[in-house]
Amino acid sequence: MKLGRRRLSLVWLGTVPFFLYTLFFLFIPAGNVIAGAFKDTHDHWSLTNIHDLFQTQYINAYKTSIEISLVTALIGGALGIAIAYAAIRDGTPRWVRSGMTTFSGVAANFGGIPLAFAFIATLGSVGIVTQFLDNVFGINLYSPTGVNFQIWTKAGVEVTYLYFQMPLMILVIAPAIDGLRREWREAASNLGASSWQYWRHVGLPILMPSILGAMILLFGNSFAAYATAYSLTSGALPLVPIVIGNFYTGDVLSNPHLAQALAFGMFVVLAAMMLLYLPLNRRASRWTR
Amino acid sequence: MRKHIAPTAVLWLVIGAAYFFIPLLATFLFSLRKASTGHCCSLAAYGTIVHNHEFWSTLRLSFQLSLETIAISLVLFVPTVYWVHLKLPRLRPVLAFFALIPFVVPPIVLVVGLLDFYKGTPQWYYGSPYGFLATAYVILAFPYMFFSLDAGFRAIDVHTLTEASQSLGASWATTMLRVILPNIRAAALGGAFLALAIVMGEFTIASLAAFHTFPTFIQYVNETQAYPAAAVSLMSFGITWLAMLALLFVGRGSRSRVQVAGAH
Repeated sequence: MKLGRRRLSLVWLGTVPFFLYTLFFLFIPAGNVIAGAFKDTHDHWSLTNIHDLFQTQYINAYKTSIEISLVTALIGGALGIAIAYAAIRDGTPRWVRSGMTTFSGVAANFGGIPLAFAFIATLGSVGIVTQFLDNVFGINLYSPTGVNFQIWTKAGVEVTYLYFQMPLMILVIAPAIDGLRREWREAASNLGASSWQYWRHVGLPILMPSILGAMILLFGNSFAAYATAYSLTSGALPLVPIVIGNFYTGDVLSNPHLAQALAFGMFVVLAAMMLLYLPLNRRASRWTR
Repeated sequence: MRKHIAPTAVLWLVIGAAYFFIPLLATFLFSLRKASTGHCCSLAAYGTIVHNHEFWSTLRLSFQLSLETIAISLVLFVPTVYWVHLKLPRLRPVLAFFALIPFVVPPIVLVVGLLDFYKGTPQWYYGSPYGFLATAYVILAFPYMFFSLDAGFRAIDVHTLTEASQSLGASWATTMLRVILPNIRAAALGGAFLALAIVMGEFTIASLAAFHTFPTFIQYVNETQAYPAAAVSLMSFGITWLAMLALLFVGRGSRSRVQVAGAH
């Protein structure tokens, strides 16, 4: 008995380097952000910075960040489902499925600075597609009386984020669509169900936890993104990460605890997302083989 | 069962393909424009990039940081995941939970904490990309490394391999290097290529901590020279392509899983 306990304590030693590393480079920095959010400029405990988060400029930054994340999660999610289903359903050749997975894997990893420039080259004011639409169809995307699109505004950031949101949805949702068995569809149609009734009563209810879980991942993916939006808008669009970044790269008078409070706010939003995601994920795994 | 592809399926697949390829094609066409006229065709933008010594020095730095990140990650995570699978299976959910935490603490939050907590530490750490950046990048790579290695270890019989090796007289080191590592090679390489893609594209931490890596060089070109920016963006996409294709290549035959590195 005694021997067994001593052996156990030695066994734990094998994981010490890992726990020390995550302690020093993940948990302590995260704890530093949380603690720092509750300190004033003299390092005393205080709610000043949390209170400052409710100033209009910071509230607006959270609103814009959340709005962009919701829009790109919903649109990217819906398009991702449609494309994944199109590639997986009966009748589509098999190579389409593997091609889709490959391209989605690559596209979901395209991001940041190069992606921002790719969209400037595509839809910027002298971008290839902008000029093509103008020359061939006479549609001027940038005309203030018409479409009034600008790549450096919210709409531009959303269009660009879809480039990695859509493939992320495809990658996450494809296994769930695979889990829809053909027998269920056949059983439904043998019982006289239309295609719409099948989706309404069988397909969507089974997929729903996976879809919601995947959209939460998409939301977090967009909410935390910094590089793409920074590069597209030259740091001018006030998203929470960009406001935080301006404390360090710009010449804003620096109150590090306010940056920590803003980061703490992001942490709270993402933690809430995670709390929603975990039970959904558990429920979704019921149907995966 | 349908014999032919559904028309709506064709429509959605065309939309998906267009969204994927048009920005790449546009970047390529943009990179061929002449600086003097703004029209096709010239390779001058590529020449500008390859003759810029900052291009080579930042590319080299980012590549060295990738190698350092991969080396630290493998030395840290392979023995840990092995040990947990062998001796402490109850700890596996704890590690899987840890691997979700970077989702809640994204790079923009992590860097704020790192910069504040390590302020005042020696220059060889705080002021050096090989110190500060590399340790942060190991954390960014951790979830991808962990899930890749975990799947690899789940696919092999850790207990039998270890016992067989030890009953033949092998030491722990021999067991690790000559029995375990060759069996999880695909998982380790998969994690390594993801780490490569992450580090070669990481901008947030490098920029806020004021280090000059390959992505910060691209951003500098973006702000100053339009056509060379298209050229260097395409080169960066090429690096991501290569890393992802290598990942697919080493993962052949094994069950594919979601692999997203996320340098957004």
